[in-house]
This record gives sequence, C-alpha cells and structure tokens, in this order.
Amino acid sequence: MITILQQHSAALLVALPLLFAFLTPLTAKLNAKLSKLVIFIGLALITLTAAIVSFDVFSTGTKLYVMGAELPSVAKPASLTIPVRIIFEIDAFSAFMILIAALIAVVACVYSLRFIKESTSKYYSVFFLMLAGMFGLLSTGDLFNLFVFIEVLSLASAGLIAFRHNEVESVEAAYKYLIISSLASLMILFAIGILYGQYGLLNIAALAKALRFSFVDVVALALLVSALAMKAGSVPMHFWVPDAYSRAPAAITALLVVASQACLYALFRISFTLFGAFPLIQLIAWAIIILGLLSMFVGVTMALPQKDIKRLMAYHAISQTGYMLLGVGLGLLANNSAMAPFGLKAMEGGIFHIMNHAMYKSLLFLTAGAIIYATGKRNLDELSGLAKKMPFTTIFFIIGAAAIAGLPPTNGFASKLLIYESAYMFNPLFSIIAMIVSVLTLVSFVKVFCAAFLGPELKELADVKEVPKSMLLAMLLLAFFVLLFGLFPSFVVKTIVEPAANALLNQAAYIGAVL
Amino acid sequence: MIENIHFIAVALLIALGIYTLIFKRNLIKIAMGISILASGINLFLISLGYRAQGIAPIFTNAAIAASEVQAKMVLPAPQALTLTSIVISLAVTALMLSFAIIIYQKTGSLDATKSRRLKG
Amino acid sequence: MNGSSVIVKVVSLAIILPALTFGLYIIAHGHLTPGGGFQGGAIIASALAIFLVAFAKQASKTLRKNLLSALECLALLGFIGLSFLGLGKSFFFNFLANSGLIFGQAVPFGPNPGFINTAGVIPLMNFFVGLEVSCALTIIVLTMLKAGGDKK
Repeated sequence: MITILQQHSAALLVALPLLFAFLTPLTAKLNAKLSKLVIFIGLALITLTAAIVSFDVFSTGTKLYVMGAELPSVAKPASLTIPVRIIFEIDAFSAFMILIAALIAVVACVYSLRFIKESTSKYYSVFFLMLAGMFGLLSTGDLFNLFVFIEVLSLASAGLIAFRHNEVESVEAAYKYLIISSLASLMILFAIGILYGQYGLLNIAALAKALRFSFVDVVALALLVSALAMKAGSVPMHFWVPDAYSRAPAAITALLVVASQACLYALFRISFTLFGAFPLIQLIAWAIIILGLLSMFVGVTMALPQKDIKRLMAYHAISQTGYMLLGVGLGLLANNSAMAPFGLKAMEGGIFHIMNHAMYKSLLFLTAGAIIYATGKRNLDELSGLAKKMPFTTIFFIIGAAAIAGLPPTNGFASKLLIYESAYMFNPLFSIIAMIVSVLTLVSFVKVFCAAFLGPELKELADVKEVPKSMLLAMLLLAFFVLLFGLFPSFVVKTIVEPAANALLNQAAYIGAVL
Repeated sequence: MIENIHFIAVALLIALGIYTLIFKRNLIKIAMGISILASGINLFLISLGYRAQGIAPIFTNAAIAASEVQAKMVLPAPQALTLTSIVISLAVTALMLSFAIIIYQKTGSLDATKSRRLKG
Repeated sequence: MNGSSVIVKVVSLAIILPALTFGLYIIAHGHLTPGGGFQGGAIIASALAIFLVAFAKQASKTLRKNLLSALECLALLGFIGLSFLGLGKSFFFNFLANSGLIFGQAVPFGPNPGFINTAGVIPLMNFFVGLEVSCALTIIVLTMLKAGGDKK
C-alpha cells in the first residue's frame, strides 16, 4: 500500500480527490454515516499523499510522472525527441505549494464538520473536485493541462461560492466569479493556441527550450500574465475578490485564498520557467512589481471604509497578494544580474509570504466565519463586546491580525521583514510603501477588534455562545502554525522556502528533468 | 487571403464575444457572450490543425512511404484540445445559466445593473 | 406539462429510437472513427430531451434525477477505477491492449477498416464517458425544464 502510494504519489495526488469526489455522493445515497467515513478516509489519504510527494521532492529532487507509460518516471522513450504523453512535473516550488494546499484543505474540512449542516455530500463532493483542480494545477508540467485544471478549479469554486444558494448575493458573486474566471481561462487557451501553432509543443519544459520570442510569443506572454494576474486577484481586475470571498462559506473562503495562490503559482511558473530566457523579461518583472504595489495600496485603502467583516478581510487579501507579487517580481528583475543575491532574498520573502498569507488569512476568515456562525451578523456596526462571549475566537483573531499587520512574533513579521530589507536595496520607495500599507492594515484590524470584540455587550447578542469545538480545533491548528513559523522563521526558510525559490530561478533544471 | 478566412472568422467571433461581455447587461446575454468567445477560440485551435487534403492520423502501418504519410496526416492534438475545451465550455455555460435561473427566481430580473447589490 | 399533440408524439418516436441507436454506435466505435463518449453521450441526451418534451408525463416517471445522478456517479467511478487498475505500471496505463482479453486483440498489420475488438481500455472508457455525459446532460435539461415550469 505504502509503496504504491510512494511510487504513484504524483498521479494519486489528482486521482484520489477525483475518486472520492465521485464516491461521496454515491455513498451518501446509501448511508449518511458511511459517507462521513468515506470523506474522512479520502481526506486522510490525500493528505498522506501530499505529504509523501513533498517529502520526496524536498529530499530527492524533482519528481516526474508520465501518465499511462510503461515506466512512469521516464519522460520519454529514447526514440522520441519530444515528450508526447501527459507529464506531471513536481519541483520544489510545486511541492511547497502542495504542502500549503494540503494543510488548508485539512483545516477547512475540520472546520466544515459542524459549519456545514445541509447537503453535506454535495459540499464535500465539490470540495474534493476543487482539491483535484488545485493539486493538478500545482503539479502539471503541461500547458494544456494547466488550462484544464484551472477550469476544474474555477468551476468547482464557483459551485462552492454559490453553495448557500438561498441567498441571492452568493449566486450573484458566483456568477461574477465565473465570468471573470472563464474570460481569464479563455485568454489562457488562446495563448496556448498561439504557442502550439508555432512550435507544436505543449510540454512546458520542451516549449521553454524551443521558444524563439517572436512577436506573437510576446502577445501570448502578455495574455498569460494578464489572465493569471486577473485570476490571482491582483488590482485592475480585483473586483471579483471581495464578492466571492465574502459570500462563500468561511471554510471555502480559506480554500479560495489558496486557489488564488495556485494561480499565482501558475503566473510565476510561466514568467520564470516558460519565459525565463526572454531577453526583455525585465518588462514583465516591472509589470509584476507595479501590479504588486498597486494591489497593496488599492487593497488596503478600499479595506479601510468597509463595514462587512468578511468583505474587509477580502480587500486585505488583495493587498497581501501585492506583497507576494512585489517580492517575486523583484526576484525576476534581479535574476542573472549584479543584484541577484538581493533578488533571491526578496523572492524568499515573497514565497514565504505565500505560505504565511495562506495561514493567517485563512485563520482570519475562519474567525470571521465563527462570528457570523455564532451571531448571524456580518456588519461591524451590529457587533460589539464579543470578547467575553467568545474568548477563544478573540485570541485567534488577535494572532491572525498581528500576523497580517506584520507584528513580531508571528510569521507575517518574518516574511515582511525579508521583503522590506531586500526591496530597500532596489528602491527605498518600495520598502516605504510596503511599510505604510502594513501600518494601514494594522489600523484597519484594530478597528475591527474594537468594533466587534470590545465595547458594551449588546442585548441582541446576549445569548451568543462560543462556536463548536471542531471549528475551534481548526483555528487552533492554524494559530499554532502562525506562531511556530514566526518563532523559527530561519529554519522554515532554510528547509522549504529556499529550495522553492531556487527551483523557480533554475530554469535549466526544470527543462533538464524532462529533456 | 482566402485560405486565411477562418482566422478572420476567429477575430470576428472573439470581437463579438468581448463586445457582448462589455456592453450587454442581461445575464443570459453575458452567458452567450462567453459561449461566442469560446467558439471563436475553439475555431482558432481547430484551424491550427488544418491541412489541405489531409488524412486521419490513424496509424495503420500503411503501404505509403513514411514521409508522404507525415506530410499528409493532420495533427490530432488540436482536435483533442478543441474537444476538451468544448466540454469545458459546455459545463461553464450550464453553470452560468443555472445561476441566472436562480437569480431570476429570487429577484425577478435578469438585469445585471439592477441586481448588483454587491458593489462598494 | 402534459406533453404534446399526437403529431409531435409520433414524429418524435420516429426520431428517438434511431437517435439512441446512432448515439450508441458513436460510443461503441469511438476508438475507430471520429467521435467517442462525449459525442455519443450528447446524441443520446438529445434523444432523451426530445422524449422529455414530447412525452412529459411518461418521462417524469422513467427519467428520475436520483437514478440519473446515481448512474452518473457510477460511470465516473468506472472511468477512474479503470485508470486505477493500470497502477501496476502507471496511472491510466492501458493494461487490456494486446492482452487477448476483452478488447485485447492486436491491431493487424497494414491498411484495414478497423476492428472493434481492439484498443484495450479505451472503448470501456468511452462507454463510461458516454453514460456519464448522457446522464449529466439529461439532468441539466430536467433541471432547466423544472425551473421554467414554476415561474412566478
């Protein structure tokens, strides 16, 4: 059993979620208890597989898996010059993202146990489908599969955003999300068509080697970058983020954060690996940096006046995405230049921030979900004095808020410090903007804290109780990691962040693993 | 010119789809815009694999010379890509239309500008 | 909904059976000719859609959503199960091709019209995809018909 898991872990990472996505509704028709059991087994197996994959990759290097081949670890038979089958290629950066996705999936599942009361089998079925899309997107080495998995991911996400379909706002948010994401994925498909028409290749590694950077290639690059930035929720096309994040069930919002980051992963994979040798890559780097700065600033300024607690957090999610874009964009700018050491540091900051953001933002969304679950209200004006009623949620909220504002001893401080330090070497202005945004974030979360948790106890909220234990457990798990990574940042950076950053920078290794 | 006429159709379809997305406010028309855009891109993909007087890419160990076969066989990959993308756009359209149905049942309107309570 | 007039019923009967047969043919020959599970499934689903429109009363008894969604899940499980069975070599490995078992005949050398007993797991997968697509599309049509029915 374990050897099969180990040998085929890369394929099972996508196959197991799919299997359980189809098994869950079928068992739910037979027996409700059986279907709960199936869900648990499924989640445990998927997590185990994800852990095995990332452990393998971090200890032995890039992992290849060829679907349907005699020998799944050999990219192509010696008689062929290009790979023809569907190839999964998992390098350290993919493994890093897979770890994040698996962690948040477990937390979201534990949280949903009591949080989701009706049509659970449908919920978990689409939940598994979303996991399949996410893991597929993170591990594929093929441009067309990238498109397919993005579509699977966005269809499943749209279904889950509209999960509470008796609230018309959820359905409208899902509709809006679906328009944006299908527009983005059609742009991606068009770009893939352009590249395929010229080179007849779909494999990322083979394509990266063959690219000649003609004018239409640049068009394809522009389409890919703008579409993926749109899906990651960066500024000019950010308007779906507050709607979708605030209307989805809280556990799904946590997963949506990771889904956006998976699209960010695809953006970095395209700009570093596929177009890594592009002579004018600086232009793309500057585009990413400017998008990052804009997202940081616009996100936080839009967040300040918000009254809806989840909407406010969603605007902060846009602003935090800016930090990742800034960090990794600087790394792309400095690649192969005199500034490379600082660029690497900025990238480590940006990539570390991806992990930290997934944790503290999910924690914050889960606390917001807990508040809405306990009180039934989401407007800050109607909330007050919850600190006494919900002491644990309050503590978790404080930890999450400290992390997003970048206060020590949380993980947000560690990654933001890396970004501040290295961005200062490029242009002091970058650091100053980043710090101002952090201060504004702190202001905004102090406002939420004062409004919701402090103040007089309201009559309407007299019978509010602390949320069920399973929801607290999910939040505890995230809060634990937020503090742990804040206390030992250098260990985490050394063991997983640095290999991930190096894997992203090392285009030749990614190509060499296949060809 | 005439052999590139399908690319003109591609451009027209994409332009029509984007026009619909930007200027139409009816939820069903927006879903139609996405479908038109998707068909434009599908046409683009399938025309990449077109080869005049091509033969089906089925390997039968045929008697004709390998070079001749290579010159005549059409590429199977664009067809597979187009089929996948058709399946996906079917799913997208079905999901969008069901959302539109729910919105219409709850609000009695399909106007995107009226039913947008999510602004700000 | 009470179904349609006699003329519509008779004409649709004349269409439904050939359409179902044609859909099954497309699915069964998916590995030899253009077409396959999705296309055949779509043809079957359109035949069922005609059935739904013309014989609304009978259709509401025979085409139940529960049954269709159970069939759909079974078909998807069959598809993914077949690819899991290949795990001895790799995921999606075609373990039936050239094995002499069902659909396991080796393709003969030279130009030939195509033999149905070849291609290993591909025809089986086509069958599952066809079942899944026809069920899923019928569910979509059923849902949308119902949504149109109870309009305010």
